[in-house]
Amino acid sequence: MSENAAAERNIDTSKMQVSDELAIQINGMNKWYGSFHVLRDINMSVYAGERIVICGPSGSGKSTLIRCINRLEEHQAGQIIVDGTELTGDLKNIDKVRSEVGMVFQHFNLFPHLTILENCTLAPIWVRKIPKREAEETAMHFLEKVKIPEQANKYPGQLSGGQQQRVAIARSLCMKPRIMLFDEPTSALDPEMIKEVLDTMISLAEEGMTMLCVTHEMGFAQAVANRVIFMDQGQIVEQNEPKEFFNNPQSDRTKLFLSQILGH
Amino acid sequence: MSDTQPISYVRDTMLGQQEPPATQRGVVKWLRENLFSNWLNSILTLAALVAIYLILTSVGPWLLNSIWDAESLRECRDILDGTPGACFAVITDRWHQLLFGFYPPEHYWRPVLALVLLLIALAPILFAELPRKMLYFSAVFPFIGYHLLWGGSVWFPISVFLGFVAGYIAFRALAKVSALVSVIGAVAATLVWWFFIAGPFDAAMYSVAPIGLEFVRSESFGGFLISLVIGVTGISLSLPLGILLALGRQSDMLFVKTVCVVFIEFIRGVPLITLLFTASLLLNYFLPPGTNFDLILRVIIMVTLFAAAYMAEVIRGGLAALPKGQYEAADALGLDYWKAQRLIIMPQALKISIPGIVNTFISLFKDTTLVVFIGLLDPLGLSNAIRADTAWTGIYWELFIFIGALFFIFCFSMSRYSMYLERKLKTDHR
Repeated sequence: MSENAAAERNIDTSKMQVSDELAIQINGMNKWYGSFHVLRDINMSVYAGERIVICGPSGSGKSTLIRCINRLEEHQAGQIIVDGTELTGDLKNIDKVRSEVGMVFQHFNLFPHLTILENCTLAPIWVRKIPKREAEETAMHFLEKVKIPEQANKYPGQLSGGQQQRVAIARSLCMKPRIMLFDEPTSALDPEMIKEVLDTMISLAEEGMTMLCVTHEMGFAQAVANRVIFMDQGQIVEQNEPKEFFNNPQSDRTKLFLSQILGH
Repeated sequence: MSDTQPISYVRDTMLGQQEPPATQRGVVKWLRENLFSNWLNSILTLAALVAIYLILTSVGPWLLNSIWDAESLRECRDILDGTPGACFAVITDRWHQLLFGFYPPEHYWRPVLALVLLLIALAPILFAELPRKMLYFSAVFPFIGYHLLWGGSVWFPISVFLGFVAGYIAFRALAKVSALVSVIGAVAATLVWWFFIAGPFDAAMYSVAPIGLEFVRSESFGGFLISLVIGVTGISLSLPLGILLALGRQSDMLFVKTVCVVFIEFIRGVPLITLLFTASLLLNYFLPPGTNFDLILRVIIMVTLFAAAYMAEVIRGGLAALPKGQYEAADALGLDYWKAQRLIIMPQALKISIPGIVNTFISLFKDTTLVVFIGLLDPLGLSNAIRADTAWTGIYWELFIFIGALFFIFCFSMSRYSMYLERKLKTDHR
């Protein structure tokens, strides 16, 4: 981890501990869209408490990779084991993994016909079978955490993009997930709103959440991530600690990518 | 900056509110904006006024001179004595036939009570503000309504209802095993009850306690009674069936998908009148001889299937309009297929489809008049029957105006309700 970047931003790193407990293990995973080979021989292990940033050019398969982890996409070869449960065609396993893994989307995907509070309580009530009142208390707790408890009775359409994305994060947290996946959470936001969402993600990291983030926010990567993975053409090209990754990239492809996104 | 033009300025008195100019307010403004905004608009306004005047002067006297009390068309004409005038006496004379057909007059209270109860049963479905407990009444209304209209042994609708209860018990008992098993178990229990237990149960109970209203044969049904029975049953059955067909058409399971696609495309490709003829004539060839399969029931089944196929396509349109992200978010939260459909997908898809759904409802309701072609006496069929009477030969307008007005009341209410619902469900605040 890049201590300096974290210190600069006043980030509390005390709870950011990587344990030796495996959270996700991916072995020789391959995926095709029709005959197009989108993910090629992916091998990675994610330990509990890790904060991984996945970057790469568009079409490099980074979104597809994290969508495979909660089976929004199906892989055709290899193994994905999440929290000890292997993802296969077995629907029970899939539902089990999905209720342990939270996901935040680029376009928020809030449910527009439900209020903010209902968005947050729906899955706990119907999947976890938690009593309504308890679910609402949990939801308010997390809405306070993402700093929008006062919007609880509004509809998603009445909120700004940044607020919606924070609700989406709260909605995932209400399921008390052990792992959080972020699929370009700030790419659809105005610059001013990016910060409020990143702040929420940082506070999540401070509490020791295991996080996989597909993002182009390199400042976030330097400050929070313990590992940066660079993907191109469906493969992991390079991975390293953020400091090494940004200061001393090894592969030419990484160097080119970094020079393009950091060059201006 | 120039010295000759000082730019410094301080206001010393604040201006009060002032009225807009006379031509820009009130009636004058409205007239200018809506009726006389330019010369073409003014010409059209004047032309419209002339047209309205002509219509009123030609129809007005006819309506104002209406005769409401006469025994026959001849008597009407004698009273009118050459002046134009409508003969609504036919309605006062025959309204009961137009409404009830040949339903026994001493039992008119039964369809009337059924209609009142129908409105009570519909209320909690249409208006979410009403207490949810009222839905229990809505659930049993079909059985009460059936008994009121047809009568016979009170144990028959009860035994049919118990079939659903048996299904529900089986569903709850097997729910722990798996969702699929419990659904199959529920269907099996219901069918077993209906085919093997319901008949003896009905007979046994009736021999012990012969309670029930006098039986009225389907042949006596007619007029608006028949339109409403077919329309309301068709509407309430075609929506759930349409939802299932729409989901089936989107299914990943090849067999389910094929069945749904074939069904929808077949039904949509065939005129309703053909299906009705099939129901009334051809089914007799296929059913075992001697089976007495109620004609109204057959028509209800055909009309329902017909509307369901259209409904399925309307709802598929709503499903297609939903962003893929909604499915993904539901999946990512761990909701299974049916929960995702029920809580996330359908509420939104149905909301989008409201205009199309109500469109289908309205056309289904109006299509009930087609049953005249297979010998059922709907209001149009009865108007022919009334005209066949020598007293009323040659009367057209008055009957059709009355029938049209009644249909309009129902269809217009549906349309207004759908607009109310759309407004109420609007959450995007654009």
